[in-house]
Amino acid sequence: MMQHLPILQVLLPLLGAPLAALLRHRDMAWGLALLLTGAAFLISIILFSQQQMTGETLVYDLGGWPAPIGIVYVIDAASALVLPVISGIAFVATIAARRLVEAEIDARDHALFYAAWLLTIAGMLGQVTTGDAFNIFVFLEISSLSAYALVAMGAGRDRRALPAAFNYLILGTVGATFYVIGLGLLYMLTGTLNLVDLSDRLADVQSTRAAFTALAFIALGLFLKMALFPLHFWLVPAYAHAPSAVSALMAATATKVSVYVLIRLVFGVFGIDFPGLADAVGLLVLTLGIAGAFVGTLAAILETDLKKLFAQSSIAQLGYMAIGIGAMSATGLAAAFIHLFNHALMKGALFLAIGAIAAQVGRAGMGTIQGAGRQIPLTMTAILVGGLALIGVPLTAGFISKLYLVRALLEQDFWLLAALTFISSALALAYVWKIIETAWLKERPKGAPVLVETPVHYVPAWLMVIATIGFGIFASPLVDAAYAAAHVFIGGAR
Amino acid sequence: MHDDVVIRVIAKVMIPAVMLFALYVQFHGDYGPGGGFQAGVVFAAAFVLNAMIFGLNRGRHAWPARLNLLAICGGVLLYGLTGVASMLLGANYLDYDVLGATTQSGQHIGILLVEFGVGLTVASVMVALFFTFAGRLTHIRLMAKMQAHEEADQRKTKRKARSTKKRARK
Repeated sequence: MMQHLPILQVLLPLLGAPLAALLRHRDMAWGLALLLTGAAFLISIILFSQQQMTGETLVYDLGGWPAPIGIVYVIDAASALVLPVISGIAFVATIAARRLVEAEIDARDHALFYAAWLLTIAGMLGQVTTGDAFNIFVFLEISSLSAYALVAMGAGRDRRALPAAFNYLILGTVGATFYVIGLGLLYMLTGTLNLVDLSDRLADVQSTRAAFTALAFIALGLFLKMALFPLHFWLVPAYAHAPSAVSALMAATATKVSVYVLIRLVFGVFGIDFPGLADAVGLLVLTLGIAGAFVGTLAAILETDLKKLFAQSSIAQLGYMAIGIGAMSATGLAAAFIHLFNHALMKGALFLAIGAIAAQVGRAGMGTIQGAGRQIPLTMTAILVGGLALIGVPLTAGFISKLYLVRALLEQDFWLLAALTFISSALALAYVWKIIETAWLKERPKGAPVLVETPVHYVPAWLMVIATIGFGIFASPLVDAAYAAAHVFIGGAR
Repeated sequence: MHDDVVIRVIAKVMIPAVMLFALYVQFHGDYGPGGGFQAGVVFAAAFVLNAMIFGLNRGRHAWPARLNLLAICGGVLLYGLTGVASMLLGANYLDYDVLGATTQSGQHIGILLVEFGVGLTVASVMVALFFTFAGRLTHIRLMAKMQAHEEADQRKTKRKARSTKKRARK
């Protein structure tokens, strides 16, 4: 059974989806989702520790067809690191989903909700596991299509979810189309879709214009999918108007998977020595990343709706990941992986805590949380810790991310960029302070709805908070794993 | 659609032929061009034609929604469980070799099952898409009718209010 783990990782949620759709009782559908995401989390942890111990790349041939002909699933240091992030968040979000979904979604749709929920998780896990470029596209579509449906399910409570889902659908499809156009060019040039084989054969034709065009299409498509500034406009409404459980799952995982796929394609297939890569992707990603960090942070400061605020801050955080990628070095990639991991934890904590509030009163604006610090201390503390981690305060995971990011930039003598990264992180203090001021320093207005918190409200968020602090204090295993992941793509010393 | 005897009679003749052809595309797909996707779409076309000629209600009756959901999920499960079966028989996921007595018959059984799963899901998803969108139309018409009634009611009450006011002034 052990050798089947790479496929079971994806297969369990994938086959769980049709089963969940057929279940009539909503608690059974939820239970199935919980069971399967839990199993996926367990499997990803086994795979991670196995990979860490042996240091080998695990390859699973689907249908018994070996690599260049068949589709293979590959567990190397990079995918082994990203899998537990996705499945772990999915597991915790599923725990929280029961209450959130009960509050926000029509009872008749629960079974279908969990079907789409499992599908999107399977799609994300598949993108990370697979070693086939076209298979990535298939899983990208599986996860995206079900995500559009999930966002649109917010319409029962908030009609704006419908245009948000539609925008997301259009732009997401454009992104996926660009990716597949680029892939078509690569296939035309090399006649293969296996990532390793593609990378080998591309070396012979790397100076052709078609190869460069393929790079441009693939990179652009994935920029759109990962919501890199200025292609991020679909993200904020989609996260803000989606059901709270969906916001939590997607804010923590969806864009991260695209970041991973970008790294996998750009560095794993084209390679760091690809002509024009350093200018076209490196410089562009750096510029857009730092611009996004500022734009996202400033927009977050102006926002009064909590979901929108943290969605804007996601734009900034994705900017930091982009900066790590744009540094074009092993340390830079490691920083991107570290931030990918840590940001998933922080955003998971934040959106789960906000969801607990939004599920009670419909929306979580500044007015809702005014003076709420004493009424729901644990939930608000979770938001506070998440916010502090976003700034990069020491003892939180965010600090480690920023530390390695700045280190990667200084390694390349990008002093200005390092300073800008620092400034934009400090600016994040403004929106976190705004929340602290509203929640703790102001009085609760008279006649405001009474917010409650019971363990079901705060335990999922606090699991993430504990992880955020834990990885902030004991960061070295994560840092080692991230460097190992980065060295899959770029060699070099630590 | 107007009730046209020519269209009705031809549809009645064509629908079984379309379905039969779909099954041919499905099962001959092992040897020649065809397979689950194409067959599924052709099969669904028969139901779409039926609904277009004989009306949505009769169309829905021919392929109830609950059955459709079962078929959508059943197809995916058939595909996935074929893979699981080969896993339980000791090979990799979707390795058909172990499904039969010889590798050749195993491959045959495997592809037959998997393609049937594909065909089932594709056909039922196509039918579901058609009925969902076609159902929207009746829904929209109904909403428009209701809105018109509401507006007429409002106008009536307004007129009444105005006339009572006038009377009061007099």
